[in-house]
Amino acid sequence: MSAEFVNVEVNGVAVKAPKGEMIIRVTDANGAYIPRFCYHDKLPIAANCRMCLVEVEKAPKPLPACATPVAEGMKIFTRSPKAIAAQKATMEFLLINHPLDCPICDQGGECELQDLAVGFGRDISRYHERKRVVKDLSLGPLVSTDMTRCIHCTRCVRFGQEIAGIQELGTTGRGENMQIGTFVEHSVDHELSGNIIDLCPVGALNSKPFRFHARAWEMTQHPLVSPHDGFGSRLYGHVLRGKLMRVVPQPCEEINETWICDRDRYGYEGLAAADRLTAPRVRASNGQWQDADWDTALDAMAKGLRAASTGRGADGAGYMAHPSSTLEELYLLARLAEGLGSSNIDHRLRQRDFRDQGGDPLVPHLSLAIADVDALDALLIVGSNLRAELPMLAHRVRKAARRGAAVSFLNPQRYEYLFPTANVLVANPAQMLHELAGVLGAALEAGAAAAPASLAPLLAGVAPNVAHKAIAASLAKGQRAIWLGALALRHSAYAELRALARELARVTGATLGELAEGANAAGAYLAGCTPHRAAGGMVRAAYGRNARQMLEEPLPGYLLLGAEPWADGLQPHTLATLERARFVGAIASYASPAMLQVAQVLLPAATFAETSGTYVNLEGRWQSFAGAARPPGSARPAWKILRVLGNLLDLEGFEYQSSEIVRDELRAAVERAPRLGYESAFVPTRSAAVETLRDLPMYRLDPLLRRAPSLQQTRAGLAAAAEYPS
Amino acid sequence: MGGALPPAALSEHTRAEIDHWVARFPAGRQRSAVIAALRAAQEQNQGYLTAPLMDAIAAYLQLPPIQVYEIASFYSMFETHPCGRHHVSVCTNISCMLRGAEDLLVHVERRLGIKVGESTPDGRIFLKQEEECLAACTGAPMMMVDHVYHENLTAERIDRILDELK
Repeated sequence: MSAEFVNVEVNGVAVKAPKGEMIIRVTDANGAYIPRFCYHDKLPIAANCRMCLVEVEKAPKPLPACATPVAEGMKIFTRSPKAIAAQKATMEFLLINHPLDCPICDQGGECELQDLAVGFGRDISRYHERKRVVKDLSLGPLVSTDMTRCIHCTRCVRFGQEIAGIQELGTTGRGENMQIGTFVEHSVDHELSGNIIDLCPVGALNSKPFRFHARAWEMTQHPLVSPHDGFGSRLYGHVLRGKLMRVVPQPCEEINETWICDRDRYGYEGLAAADRLTAPRVRASNGQWQDADWDTALDAMAKGLRAASTGRGADGAGYMAHPSSTLEELYLLARLAEGLGSSNIDHRLRQRDFRDQGGDPLVPHLSLAIADVDALDALLIVGSNLRAELPMLAHRVRKAARRGAAVSFLNPQRYEYLFPTANVLVANPAQMLHELAGVLGAALEAGAAAAPASLAPLLAGVAPNVAHKAIAASLAKGQRAIWLGALALRHSAYAELRALARELARVTGATLGELAEGANAAGAYLAGCTPHRAAGGMVRAAYGRNARQMLEEPLPGYLLLGAEPWADGLQPHTLATLERARFVGAIASYASPAMLQVAQVLLPAATFAETSGTYVNLEGRWQSFAGAARPPGSARPAWKILRVLGNLLDLEGFEYQSSEIVRDELRAAVERAPRLGYESAFVPTRSAAVETLRDLPMYRLDPLLRRAPSLQQTRAGLAAAAEYPS
Repeated sequence: MGGALPPAALSEHTRAEIDHWVARFPAGRQRSAVIAALRAAQEQNQGYLTAPLMDAIAAYLQLPPIQVYEIASFYSMFETHPCGRHHVSVCTNISCMLRGAEDLLVHVERRLGIKVGESTPDGRIFLKQEEECLAACTGAPMMMVDHVYHENLTAERIDRILDELK
């Protein structure tokens, strides 16, 4: 061990430091702060701002702490007169061309340059010449620019190279004329590009939708969890007078590190959508919509549900929840359905093949911790436009791929992955089965193993090719995983795909993960928001109707929780089916024209940022959050609405005083439940009918995103608008 | 990325030149060949680079276009705006200045009828913005014409050199 450590002194205190570590990391770890602009923990070292100059004994001049490795016996002085003089001189140079426009700068109050200028700047500028002016860039709808403020730290440039995998910004020109830009005007389109706002230490890059809306010190900060995908990125919501003004990342090394994707950052705009439901609404006998008070609306809802349930048994009402609802909401919905005698409940709105649902694991999950994805050696992803489905997971996979992991894909179309891939198989939905069978065939050959007889129809006539063999070989060693992505879960022969993937995982020793859609698909399984499993994962005696069945044949009544099945599902004729139902009630945040067309009662619900609740992410992590913003009008958290509905319907045990009590009750049920009977009688067939497989635009995935105007103005959003005119 | 401009093609000669330079660096280090590629492309296009040309280089070398723009805009030997095909730079740094370079520059401007930074209307000569010292102080005053150094200049020699440019 001793060879890997060196003894150094930081401001006279002896410390041990890993050999080759840069000075700034050693001083940071030992509580000696060094000012910096270009250095960032997650980015490659540039050493171009010179703010971190420190004195090192025997060195003839100050050295940049971010780019100087420690050596045995090194004596570092971060606050000596020489170090301070160097830092102050650097600050004076940085301020020469920096405008004194802090009062009108959005960064004011949370600006690294402003903060450090207080510590290292002079009171009065000695510079009286003209300052340079730089033309602003047009980077698209998400990032606003004031390039005159740029101090050329190049963090945004290095972010593109290192994290995004596509360099969109660069340094053009030189000397006095050097500037950060795109040279040829175009927007930054990468799905993580909003992170350059946080990286920028000055006010050159700011959030365009948030611009001029609030000051950093006026807002309060509240922890939140991403409502858009199962990665579970931690967020901070910044709230001013009850209104959510912006969303920024909450650093969490195990999940999102210091980043979030653009939809996490800008999805909040959907909170203020024009069709936001702010008061209960009931359809009168003449078919006209009327605002109602809560009592009237709740009564109408209870009456409708009771009429659709009483005496109908298994043919009673259907319950459909969005998979980004909170654990508490989903659990109360499941309890409500149970209380009314129905097992027709589902959150899997885009799944089409349920033949093997009995064989589902307890929850859809990654099969490993998010932090361990970086260390994978081999990964096969079946059916996933990963960057659009789970942008932050794609970032983790990218790290693994850059480290040398063999990342292979089997997809119905070609995608730009922006990281090195080992083998990419592209096949139409029907052929995807044969390709996966090819990989399994190769693995069986290599292991001299035999597949169970049930897979024989899928393996018949399979002749593994070079790519199949290479993928099978990559999965034979090291840390390895196979994931089924959202396109696989939407596949009309998902059961066969999963049977093949399971056998491949068994033969190769890889773990098998399922990347279910929504922020809380795992939570929905635990809460019993599925027709085949009740809360805690208890197998139901008789399966209810799944989402597809509920939307194919009309039921007497429906309760929608946060879901817009016509947009959140893939079934054709969804609106027509719902219209034929006698009763449709919705606990919803939005009253879209389609919603107004099918529903009879609308109860206004708080969104993710306005309610307390819990999401369970794809690694099985329970993350609870308290409400950050105030729900608009008389909207209420959905768990409270469901609780009162339970009371009105005279159901037992609906006396919850807080969402924490709901959560803890479910947690106890999850711990208590025996995980037995997770089998299905499913037998793979070769002739499974294969329907077309549609990839969905990344900014259309949930009700919030569809209403976030800035995201809709991005290149991806505009392309989607052209493809799916609303 | 070239906006509305049509894509440009690299000539066979340019591509051969790029291939030659790519081969001189280890595999995967084709970014090292950007300077040579820009030089060849600039020559192909009669003395200046266009965005479509730079995009073509980026595509050929499999680099993000911005990495080509960065280099083209950094070095003074690359022009990213239309200009004359022969690049003439008269050095006015200290050694040359002491030996009368400023008068010579005025002479050149009068003879060509243009100011520094401009091109002759016939597209023949581009009088570049002042260069930093070109490291030929022993032969001051000097000027560079298309990367060829001309030293110990007089007004007569300059006239002869400029007249020979086609």
